[in-house]
Amino acid sequence: MADLTAAPGMSTARTAMVGPRGAKPRRMFSGRNIMLYGTLIVVCVYYLLPLWVMVMTSLKGMPEVRLGNIFAPPLEVTFEPWVKAWSSACTGLNCDGLSRGFWNSVIITVPSVILSIAIASVNGYALINWRFKGSDVFFTILIFGSFIPYQIMLYPIVILLREMGLYGTLWGLVLVHSVFGMPILTLLFRNYFSSIPEELFKAARVDGAGFWGIYFRIMLPMSLPIFVVALILQVTGIWNDFLFGVVYTKPDLYPMTVQLNNIVNSVQGVKEYNVNMAATLLTGLVPLIIYFVSGKLFVRGIAAGAVKG
Amino acid sequence: MSGKPVRLLRNLNAKIAAIPMILTTLVVFLGGTVWTVVYSFTDSKLLPRLRWVGLDQYDRLWSNSRWLVSIENLLFYGVMSMVFTICMGFLLAVLMDQKIRHEDTFRTIMLYPFALSFIVTGLVWQWILNPDFGMQEIIRGWGWTSFSFDPLNNPDTVLYGLLIAGLWQGTGFVMCLMLAGLRGIDDDIWKAARVDGIPTWKTYVVIIIPMMRAVFVTTLVIVASGIIRLYDLVVAMTSGGPGGNASQVPAMYVYDYMFQAQNLGQGFAASTMMLLSVLIVLIPWAYLEFGGKKHG
Repeated sequence: MADLTAAPGMSTARTAMVGPRGAKPRRMFSGRNIMLYGTLIVVCVYYLLPLWVMVMTSLKGMPEVRLGNIFAPPLEVTFEPWVKAWSSACTGLNCDGLSRGFWNSVIITVPSVILSIAIASVNGYALINWRFKGSDVFFTILIFGSFIPYQIMLYPIVILLREMGLYGTLWGLVLVHSVFGMPILTLLFRNYFSSIPEELFKAARVDGAGFWGIYFRIMLPMSLPIFVVALILQVTGIWNDFLFGVVYTKPDLYPMTVQLNNIVNSVQGVKEYNVNMAATLLTGLVPLIIYFVSGKLFVRGIAAGAVKG
Repeated sequence: MSGKPVRLLRNLNAKIAAIPMILTTLVVFLGGTVWTVVYSFTDSKLLPRLRWVGLDQYDRLWSNSRWLVSIENLLFYGVMSMVFTICMGFLLAVLMDQKIRHEDTFRTIMLYPFALSFIVTGLVWQWILNPDFGMQEIIRGWGWTSFSFDPLNNPDTVLYGLLIAGLWQGTGFVMCLMLAGLRGIDDDIWKAARVDGIPTWKTYVVIIIPMMRAVFVTTLVIVASGIIRLYDLVVAMTSGGPGGNASQVPAMYVYDYMFQAQNLGQGFAASTMMLLSVLIVLIPWAYLEFGGKKHG
């Protein structure tokens, strides 16, 4: 008993003799810290400025926008620009706002994400555990394909989609997103599955499980984190796409990014900057929410998705 | 016990599961690329047709002033953007690696633009750079009435305007890659450098940067392959203008000739040139990265 109570005191005495341990405590306002945090804060101001301007402008009425400072907070907060951007801003002849683009984007994103993740996860699994002759060759081409400029494949895909009767439809665009999501997602899943011990796979084989049995009962439940990473990667990627949306759909079916660009950069009419900023913010909201909610997983996703460029 | 199964049927489920991948690689990636390259030697206009004209499309391409401007712009933007993203990304990563407090908050702030699309990025910066309401007007309002900062409406400076927005969107990501690289360096290296009395900045330049060669090369390839595709940002910020084509880029040329001007052959030739430029970046990298290892 006595020993135990004495022990902490003893040990501190001993360390005191040896000398202080750990890093030297730094003063909070040392020159180094002021420089370091000062620089970081200035950098953060540069990064936050556009978000601030977007929010502030979108909450002002047009007279106030014309008069004032874009950095100043609104004197009179109004949500009218948001309502207008969502439900009555015009693109060409349609005046039903961004809501149409939003729902188009939802209808495009949901099946694209499900389809591309389903295909890529099965691919990654086959590439690791069920290699067949030539599978690595296909994988190499697939990865190389992710570096090829999309422009070179744009027109052949138009022809393919036309042959399938899907050109100009949402399903055609879904297919395109699934194809172009495949390289990076397959790489992601392949790398993840390769870290699952092979003994597990072998044991399941001995117990008589087949290709799909092992996939659904072992691989899938063991790799939920990577599915979440893939989900984040795909939702942001597809939501932010512009080029495929322009090329493979018709004006009625334009995704949100395309419609946003048409609203803001239209040459007719008086420019309503507050509505434009509300529309821009609305379009950016989905990926921003995903980003802020997912935090570290997003970083992991883009680090893995780095090859996508 | 039974005989060897037919080769093609072995592993059948895996092969069936891989059909989408096989189709994608063979039909879309390989087939599509070869198709476009082949048709770039024809005089296709509204519809693709196989009437050979040799290198005519390429002749026309390289004597088209709009294409030449596009290439010049891309080179300028590409070099500037690579130098700046890599330098800024590395410096920010070094700052972030000083055992600072609130690292997560700083990283979250620097990386959030990367979640946004180029369209959103372009439109926000277009508004901030707006000469009548944006930065210029604010600084004039502070009393400096002759201050002029209107990059987007001046053909000589429009690329800097694009650069400001592009850097805002992408540096946070490069910072993350670099930070991961810095964290991957063994602490013993730092201890050894400290024991030898090498100043911190010199340790970075002489020891750490050479050790991060692989990270730098990978970042360079990623940034470069992104730059060659540069399209959305230009569409959102300038639509290729001002003055018609001051901020044109090759991806825009391709799109316009394929889908607007109905001159497919030109579009194909231009996109083939884009492919060629990617291969020029990619092949040396692939050789260094994968070929080098095999030969020790």
